[in-house]
Amino acid sequence: MAGLTLASPSAERGVYSPWRETWRRFSRHKLAVVSAFLLLILILAVVIGPFIWRVSINDIDIVAGMQGPSLAHPFGTDDLGQDILARMIYGGRISLAVGLAAMLVSVFIGTLVGALAGMSRGALGHGLMWLTDLFLSLPQLPLLLLLIYLFRDGLKQVFGPEGGIFILIVLVIGGLRWMPVARLVRAQFLSIREKEFVEAARALGASPVRQVVKHILPNALGPVIIAGTIDVAAAIIAESTLSFLGLGFPPDTPTWGRLLYDAKDFLDIGPHWALFPGGAIFITVVAINFIGDGLRDALDARRVI
Amino acid sequence: MAPLLEIKGLKTHFSTDDGILQAVDGVDITINRGETLCVVGESGCGKTVTAMSILKLIAMPPGRIAAGEIIFEGRDLVPLTSNQLDEIRAKEIGFIFQEPMTSLNPVLTVGEQIAESLRRHENVTRKQALERTIEMLKLVQIPNAEGRVHNYPHQFSGGMRQRVMIAMALACKPKLIIADEPTTALDVTIQAQILDLLQDMKERFGMAVMLITHAMGVVAETAQRVVVMYAGKVVEEADVDALFADPRHPYTQGLIRSIPRIDLDSEHKTRLEAIGGSVPILINPPVGCRFAPRCKFAMDVCTEKEPLLRQIAPGHRMACHLGDVQLGDAAGALA
Amino acid sequence: MSQYVLRRLMIAIPSLLGISLVLFVVLALAPGDPFSELATNPNVPPEVQQALRARFGLDDPIYLRYLHWLNAMLHGDWGFSFVSRMNVDTLILQRLPATLYVIGSAQILALLIAIPVGVYAATKPYSLFDQIANTLAFVGFSLPTFFTGILFILIFSVTLDWLPFVYTTDIKATGIHYVLEMIRQAIMPVAVLGLFQAASMTRFVRSAMLDVIRLDYVTTARAKGLGQANVIVKHVMRNAMIPVVTLIALQMPAVFGGAIVTEQIFRIPGIGSLLISSILSNDTPVVMAVTFVFACLVVLFNLIADVLYGWLDPRISLR
Repeated sequence: MAGLTLASPSAERGVYSPWRETWRRFSRHKLAVVSAFLLLILILAVVIGPFIWRVSINDIDIVAGMQGPSLAHPFGTDDLGQDILARMIYGGRISLAVGLAAMLVSVFIGTLVGALAGMSRGALGHGLMWLTDLFLSLPQLPLLLLLIYLFRDGLKQVFGPEGGIFILIVLVIGGLRWMPVARLVRAQFLSIREKEFVEAARALGASPVRQVVKHILPNALGPVIIAGTIDVAAAIIAESTLSFLGLGFPPDTPTWGRLLYDAKDFLDIGPHWALFPGGAIFITVVAINFIGDGLRDALDARRVI
Repeated sequence: MAPLLEIKGLKTHFSTDDGILQAVDGVDITINRGETLCVVGESGCGKTVTAMSILKLIAMPPGRIAAGEIIFEGRDLVPLTSNQLDEIRAKEIGFIFQEPMTSLNPVLTVGEQIAESLRRHENVTRKQALERTIEMLKLVQIPNAEGRVHNYPHQFSGGMRQRVMIAMALACKPKLIIADEPTTALDVTIQAQILDLLQDMKERFGMAVMLITHAMGVVAETAQRVVVMYAGKVVEEADVDALFADPRHPYTQGLIRSIPRIDLDSEHKTRLEAIGGSVPILINPPVGCRFAPRCKFAMDVCTEKEPLLRQIAPGHRMACHLGDVQLGDAAGALA
Repeated sequence: MSQYVLRRLMIAIPSLLGISLVLFVVLALAPGDPFSELATNPNVPPEVQQALRARFGLDDPIYLRYLHWLNAMLHGDWGFSFVSRMNVDTLILQRLPATLYVIGSAQILALLIAIPVGVYAATKPYSLFDQIANTLAFVGFSLPTFFTGILFILIFSVTLDWLPFVYTTDIKATGIHYVLEMIRQAIMPVAVLGLFQAASMTRFVRSAMLDVIRLDYVTTARAKGLGQANVIVKHVMRNAMIPVVTLIALQMPAVFGGAIVTEQIFRIPGIGSLLISSILSNDTPVVMAVTFVFACLVVLFNLIADVLYGWLDPRISLR
């Protein structure tokens, strides 16, 4: 309005480090910092938890069933007297692993599709963007359910009940969530492709692959990191939803969603059984989302849907 | 007769992450009834913020009027609330903005946008408002006004949109029109048409015009009096003829020398001069004269003491130490 | 305008075809014969099996199979559910109203929350209200619907005993009591779904409002002395709603996901719970058909959004 353009203050302070600047902006988002800390604790808990809390996940003790939290069972027990804390530590490993793996799948596919669409000006680019839009309008959960319904027996035979369903869930969740990343990467390509330094590299005879790897992808990194972070949360929700509907991991695998599914018919006598795993999912997801928000502030990425 | 608008010691500040930005820092401007006053200066010198402060159209927060009075027809506008100012906006003081492409709401017809001002301030029916709107569009020479009134802004060219903006600003026949770089975004040929139209309207309605511009050519063509601003302060003020004939502040001199002249033949042509450097950032500005770092004549005193605006001839004021020295020398010579 | 709607319709058709193609490819790629369960199902007589195989042309080349399948779908010939012992289209039509009732009410609830909260937060950015609304919205869309559903049951049914947690179609009441009971049993599912939607919508509305509020034409409107409320409603909101419509349409797939979960928790007899029960009982024709119906609903809502978009933005419909 009044042409009040300000020079970047950090440029004036002399020493300029992009990472320090990023951290400075991230640390201004208090909730994001708290979330990062919480998530770190959660990850540590599920990674080293089993070495400290040495209670078996499937010791059945009907007499001690449906107990609320106590010293012997900090999170209480389920209807069969199994220790909920131990089961949650186990389930947390699966949930986090699914989240991370599915994010990697979606970022990989998204980057690939986005890069191809961004580089080709012709029919391929248009076709890929049409495909991206098509996937965006697919009803994800019904399709997820359909795919698992159709493919789970086949994969179970090849990779075993737990491994098969893990691969399937990761591939399907990742395969249905790559579109935002593809759009971001493509947008970055279109805007960066014309910039001077890429022109310069092209003039110097850099091959297209080299241009992409050395010049364009590092610039697209910020938005992709943010989208990837949020993808982890979305994948955790998707996996928990499947387990909650009784269509995810096998019944004896205590993922957080599965624990909720088992607990939902006992809400009147054992609310703790549902509250702990539900709370764990919520805390994980909200923490990841806040971290994503903090990263958005820090990396200053423009939002693209 | 009391002036129409008197701005006294206006300070408008913005709080930013890096400190207080003193966009306008002690500005005095007076506008008389029926006159055209030009405010000139580079981008970022505070002219737009000054104009926007009059009707509190700056974003608050982060903006804030830190000090000063804005007296319009004997009434100070600074302490008024936004609701109270609404009675003055458009009704008493009309605004024309710089960017005709973005200053009109894309989802409302131009007719609705002009009429809503009439319906707000004057007791008219929908039908009367429409008639007045068409009348205004005819006045600003929009062909087929009866049909065009129902068109959306994107169906108009830039020049036509600026005519619509003028019609909108004039609809309630205000006593003062503030035009913020009304021609900057337009083609050169259209610029002249819009300036002519503005001049016509001013004569027809007898209102005062505060024209903000960075183009000295526009100043020469339209102004009666000129205020030169630099870095949030007024550095010189004079009648238009006096200013062009005898510019006293080095910054004004620089501005005038940067006008291309086609009236001189090639022998008399001089190189076009640019003023080196750019407007400083107004966060914790240095003491002394703000123009000193770019001034060819800068002396030691310029970085130590701030020059004050003072009268150097009837109706001619400026703020530069150079005058003191010259006057001092002259005094010495006389003695 | 009608021409614009027609054009959007023409664009919707390829995406519908694309979705049907994706579904068909999924089905064709699935390991094993999708109808092999029928062979072991004692309820299915062999001649029905044979007729099915012939109708679906299981031995034809793949593109012919697709065309046959598409043709059958378009003619409303969606197959027969051996579990429910009725035609799939009849079954879905029975279940669809409950789903639309819940989703529709939830959308309305979400809009009623999101628009005022988002608009007010945007007019006072970084104020206490804005910060609280923002944080709540963040928490809201991080809470999975299955967990909010369970929390609601725990609080309002188990602890307070205010609301029923099982949705039923045969309410034993008539007249006004029937209507009241219908509303009472829908409160929790609609609230679960609506609040989830409202959380992300509030963020859309707020950020769209903030994008518009600093634009030049808003300053123009303020310079006309129209008053804060008038400027916000007539100039800012009207423009901010344009991107919001698109964002809401993009959310629809997630809404249907939420609806499936909600129906399952509260045992609402809609198409979402039908999908789950059909998967659990290996009722392939129903699974395929329900998935297709969900896809059609998404396309339909996108179409509605497109039409709204054209209605809100004169630059589009007049072009």
